Amino acid sequence: MSAPPRCVVLGVGNPDRGDDAAGPIVARALRGRLPDGVAVIEGSGEATALIAHMDGAAAVFLIDACVSGAPPGTVHRVDASAAPVPERLRGLTTHGFGVAAAVELARAVGQLPPRCVIYAIEGAAFETGAALSPAVAAAAAEAARALCAEIGQTE
Amino acid sequence: MAAKTKTIKTDYLARIEGEAAFKVVVRDGAVRSAEFKVFEPPRFFEALLRGRAFGEAPDITSRICGICPIAYQMSAVHAIEAALGVTVGGPLRELRRLIYCGEWIESHTLHVYLLHAPDFLGFDSAIHMARAHGETVKRGLALKKVGNDIVNLLGGREIHPINVRVGGFYRVPRRREFAPLAEALKRVRDIALDTVRWTSKLDFPDLERDYEYVSLRHPDEYPFNEGRIVSTGGIDIAASEYAQHFEEVHVKRSTALQSRIVGRGAYLTGPLARYSLNFDRLPPAARQAAKEAGLGPVCTNPYRSIVVRAVETLYAVDEALRIIADYQEPDRPAVALEPRAGIGCAATEAPRGMLWHRYRLEADGSIAEARIVPPTSQNQPSIEGDLRACVESSLDLDDEALRLRCEQTIRNHDPCISCSTHFLRLEIDRGQGA
Repeated sequence: MSAPPRCVVLGVGNPDRGDDAAGPIVARALRGRLPDGVAVIEGSGEATALIAHMDGAAAVFLIDACVSGAPPGTVHRVDASAAPVPERLRGLTTHGFGVAAAVELARAVGQLPPRCVIYAIEGAAFETGAALSPAVAAAAAEAARALCAEIGQTE
Repeated sequence: MAAKTKTIKTDYLARIEGEAAFKVVVRDGAVRSAEFKVFEPPRFFEALLRGRAFGEAPDITSRICGICPIAYQMSAVHAIEAALGVTVGGPLRELRRLIYCGEWIESHTLHVYLLHAPDFLGFDSAIHMARAHGETVKRGLALKKVGNDIVNLLGGREIHPINVRVGGFYRVPRRREFAPLAEALKRVRDIALDTVRWTSKLDFPDLERDYEYVSLRHPDEYPFNEGRIVSTGGIDIAASEYAQHFEEVHVKRSTALQSRIVGRGAYLTGPLARYSLNFDRLPPAARQAAKEAGLGPVCTNPYRSIVVRAVETLYAVDEALRIIADYQEPDRPAVALEPRAGIGCAATEAPRGMLWHRYRLEADGSIAEARIVPPTSQNQPSIEGDLRACVESSLDLDDEALRLRCEQTIRNHDPCISCSTHFLRLEIDRGQGA
């Protein structure tokens, strides 16, 4: 309907499932701290909605919680622009048909933005109604700082 | 000596929305037992609702499911309005049908193109299918996006929509706000029609099941929010009578409760049931598309549910266009409400099946008790029956092929427990020396 933004930041996760809220919390922390023309969106992580949000953008940054076996609070940064999301990180997302699927599906149909970076934050607990665990809260703040720096340079 | 048991495990660690396990014991070429188990989040939300003001229910219940938040909101607001003795009509009722159209388009299109079609076409996942059928998948994405747009416009935002309230909406759109949406719907209508044709050409396993179908039925409409609860076995009741005819049984092997018809047993809700009980309520265009796709007025092959979903998606696109064309801006976004003590029930049609809510309110409007029966627990015994039939007719397959066939069988009914490519843990015991 309107022209797509140049750069999209997508914080993905369920705000009511403990550490799964990491993505939306990073997105909220980034509001007002990024250059004009950068869209900051909180999403449920459903793959086709993610693809619709990133369609037409020059760059997309995706933030999600993950369970890969690393210590809770670990921030994984993956540049998925050219190469597929590595196999060992495929299971990263906490969503059934989520971030990694969205990126690969968008790539398969030629709709992946030229620049695509995933920040995945290792979660510890995903109980319904629980708050972020302390290590993940600290990691969310760290990821927000890193994204500010990276997107500031990109723009 | 213990019988030889072969266990196939799939990685389910990374998912939290839902996963499933199926354990089957085979002896002498026959299925001796078949147990389907769903890991559902415990009924945290029924407890969370107690003591809350009735106005909080739509926002709280929309958080139960990321795929169908509107369904939870709709069942909640209608049940609470019943408790308050309020009826919402006119343009506000139409807007509620419109937002439900959006959710059906989103959920059905996701299900048809990205979850179910890869099974039929022999692809391991939607991504693999997209590499070979890029244009087809792109059309599916374009169709689904219009569903997102409807929900975003009326719901206020994509994640946990916040604009729905008991009595109506917090804000209603102006007529002119619908113009871009109407254009987008007109653009994708051809895709919706083509989806019916495309799905009808898939190769369907032969299986006819003798389900008792249960769905809403309305005097004039294909059902979203209103109607009596009817079944192919003769049930015809108001939503307030649901608990006298349907019971939930706790099954030890599952965190979910299983529903059954009192005195009879398993039943099925969802697209197959809605379609078969309401074929005569579809407008001519949808009926014609169904006919051309080879569907009769009743469909009992669960694999053809993919065609029925496509027909319902076409209906939702046409119904959304009708509602937008006829839309008159209401005088106010919601009707006035007075708290009172009371009990209210409602059932609405979530994309994957009927969703029933019951609330008991105190005089101050706080929620004393909430009960929610989702489609997953209603359909679970029928899915188990399908799996048993599937295994019985496919015992010649090896374990991996059998697991894939079982996953496809579950996906006939439920996207939520099957939203990942390999979601099923199949444990098959073929007996010693098998």
